[in-house]
Amino acid sequence: MADTKPSSPLASIEAVEAGLAAQGYIASRQIATAVYLSQAIEKPILVEGPAGVGKTELAKAIAAWRGLKMIRLQCYEGLDEAKALYEWKYAKQLLYTQILKDKLGEVLSGAATLHAALDQLHDFGDVFFSREFVEPRPLLQAMLEPQGCVLLIDEIDKSDAEFESLLLEILSDFQVTIPELGTIAAAGAPTVILTSNSERNLGDALKRRCLHLHIGFPEQRLEERIVESRIPGISERLRRQLVGFIHDIRTLDLKKQPSVSETIDWARVLVLLQAAELGHDVVRDTLNVLLKYESDIEVALPQVTTFVAKAQRQNIFG
Amino acid sequence: MQENLHRFFRAARGAGVHVSPAESIDAMRAVAAVGLADRNVLRDSLLLTLAKSEDEKKALGACFDLFFAQAEPASPQGAEHERAAQDAAATPQQPSQGAGGQASSNLGPLAEMLLSQDRNEISAAIANAASATGLSDIRYFTQRGLFSSRMLEAMGIQRLRDDLDALTESNPPLAERLQAALDALRETVRDTVAQALALYGREEAENLRHEVLRNAPLSRIEPRQVEEMRALIRQIARRLRERYAKPRKRQRRGHLDVRRTLRRNAAWGGVPFLTAWKRRHRDKPKIVALCDVSGSVARVSDFFLLLIHSLHEVVSDVRSFAFSGHLIEVSEILEGKPPEEAMAEIMSRVGFGSSDYGSSFVDFEKAFMSSVTPQTTVIVLGDARSNNLDPGADIVKRISERAKRLVWLNPEGRMTWGWGDSEMPRYQTFCNVVRQCATAQQLERAVSDIVATYR
Repeated sequence: MADTKPSSPLASIEAVEAGLAAQGYIASRQIATAVYLSQAIEKPILVEGPAGVGKTELAKAIAAWRGLKMIRLQCYEGLDEAKALYEWKYAKQLLYTQILKDKLGEVLSGAATLHAALDQLHDFGDVFFSREFVEPRPLLQAMLEPQGCVLLIDEIDKSDAEFESLLLEILSDFQVTIPELGTIAAAGAPTVILTSNSERNLGDALKRRCLHLHIGFPEQRLEERIVESRIPGISERLRRQLVGFIHDIRTLDLKKQPSVSETIDWARVLVLLQAAELGHDVVRDTLNVLLKYESDIEVALPQVTTFVAKAQRQNIFG
Repeated sequence: MQENLHRFFRAARGAGVHVSPAESIDAMRAVAAVGLADRNVLRDSLLLTLAKSEDEKKALGACFDLFFAQAEPASPQGAEHERAAQDAAATPQQPSQGAGGQASSNLGPLAEMLLSQDRNEISAAIANAASATGLSDIRYFTQRGLFSSRMLEAMGIQRLRDDLDALTESNPPLAERLQAALDALRETVRDTVAQALALYGREEAENLRHEVLRNAPLSRIEPRQVEEMRALIRQIARRLRERYAKPRKRQRRGHLDVRRTLRRNAAWGGVPFLTAWKRRHRDKPKIVALCDVSGSVARVSDFFLLLIHSLHEVVSDVRSFAFSGHLIEVSEILEGKPPEEAMAEIMSRVGFGSSDYGSSFVDFEKAFMSSVTPQTTVIVLGDARSNNLDPGADIVKRISERAKRLVWLNPEGRMTWGWGDSEMPRYQTFCNVVRQCATAQQLERAVSDIVATYR
């Protein structure tokens, strides 16, 4: 269906799903719908969810699939417009004024009075505040990209509340206003993806401008497919046991639940150790790949035997 | 469909999801883009555009299921079975019915509809009546009867009654059937109204309940309301946190920070391209709370402590003390345990005595006076009834001199201050603020003011 119209790869939700899958990103129905809608009604997507469920990965997959450049802005406390939007090249301005000093003298030598000199100076306009001297930072770069791009604003919840307000213009109108230059509209509407770990509540104004997508831990089937696409070398038997085991682990009361990235890491480790199936000893030795806190490992260790047995049983019927 | 979506937005607001006009426009565009064919996709799209947090997604998902279960052309289960039974019973009569068509042609449209047993038509008529009577404006459960009768009227029940009267004389079996159909219709309409109430009235009903609860005296609420009150206090705490947890430094204001400006611009020979401004740090409130836990004040203290201790983001430091006959620190108990347990433990350690303000203040001065600094707001919560013992007013004076502010919250009304053994007038002279504090609303205002003075 989608291949008949290569010009619009976003013809349907199924096409989005297939396109992302081709990049190794197995998207759930909701994710595909969100990506499709963000194109259809030109809205940024705000992705929330626990760490390691593939929020950042989604942006990368979209960029790779559509062959667009990806511009990434990592947010942190204290990020301001000079680092996110644009900055004047002060040093260059200073250098140019020094070099042009003599030239300036020549130009102005014709003027009889101070007033005339001022008028002449005006004619040269604001040479020093032109695009020549603007240093574009990620947000402005994204606006200037002629074919459009994927703009990833990562971990927006880490930035200050003021920074959110700075984003509003970009998110709703895809444009940036620089007081000295005027408004710069995006050459091609970028696909904007914001991610958040819900460390703090984002403002309503920001949320209102975005589609809100929550990615949780995937269900067992989906996670198996994700592992399959990421680590092709893994046997089906091990894959099923491993994902079943992780789903059991997630039912425990842990400080940090293992997420998809940990699943993939663990699968990689198990393949490296050439484990044919999940065994008690192997799990015990590699549990630190999965759980990142000592207290979590202590909670999980007594359960390992039961979970492994359960995972193996599952394999028989599944 | 647009009409339906608008009703859905209203239902969503009823479910507590905040839907602004801009969001509803987005939702419309999204629906236009994905189409209506697949209900799951429609659900996902609406969830994506309207709900902006996980809680909202849950609420909206439930609302969607309820709403579109209602819009289904088939009528509710019970009535359906009844009709199906009637259908079966009516089949043999059907031909004779057709023959007697002329006889019944003088019946009203509603009677015709009911007798012809066209389910879709009846559902459509109910839906029309619902929109004609403005069913989506329903707010309170007391309005159910009113809306039911209005809807039946809009569908022409008056005419149906006349028909029924006429038929009872001319054609009793048909009248019986019509009567049964009418009963079924009544039931269906009632169900529709009940469902509408569940959809649109939820928020309003909750608001009303909260409003009543907010203004109820804390010391006299019933045990079954305690849990609800705790939830309300938590909600108040969240609101205060959101209001006051904004960043506490402001840049680009006030005085130039010369030293930092020079250092930052060293690369350009000290020409100040980048300016650095002095930052003003605002202190977060430090609170020392002294709570009377004797008798009727205990309940108020309970909720007050719960509120103060759930303000982590806003308040940098809280130390709480409970007293009746003597005084102990309770901060750790409150931080470490769930509210019910914590309060029970506090009560078992200091509660149930007759209050002695004097000796409690002596305890405080001896052991904890150092916790009061010039940044501290000291809050005393109590009725100031010291059973004619030494009030210890001199210690209150010393606390007041040490602290930034001394606030006294009294659950009793102003009128009774100073009556009987109340020492309030003596304490009052050393306090910056005295307030009555008997309801959740007064509690919220008092705490809000305390936090606001630090801005």
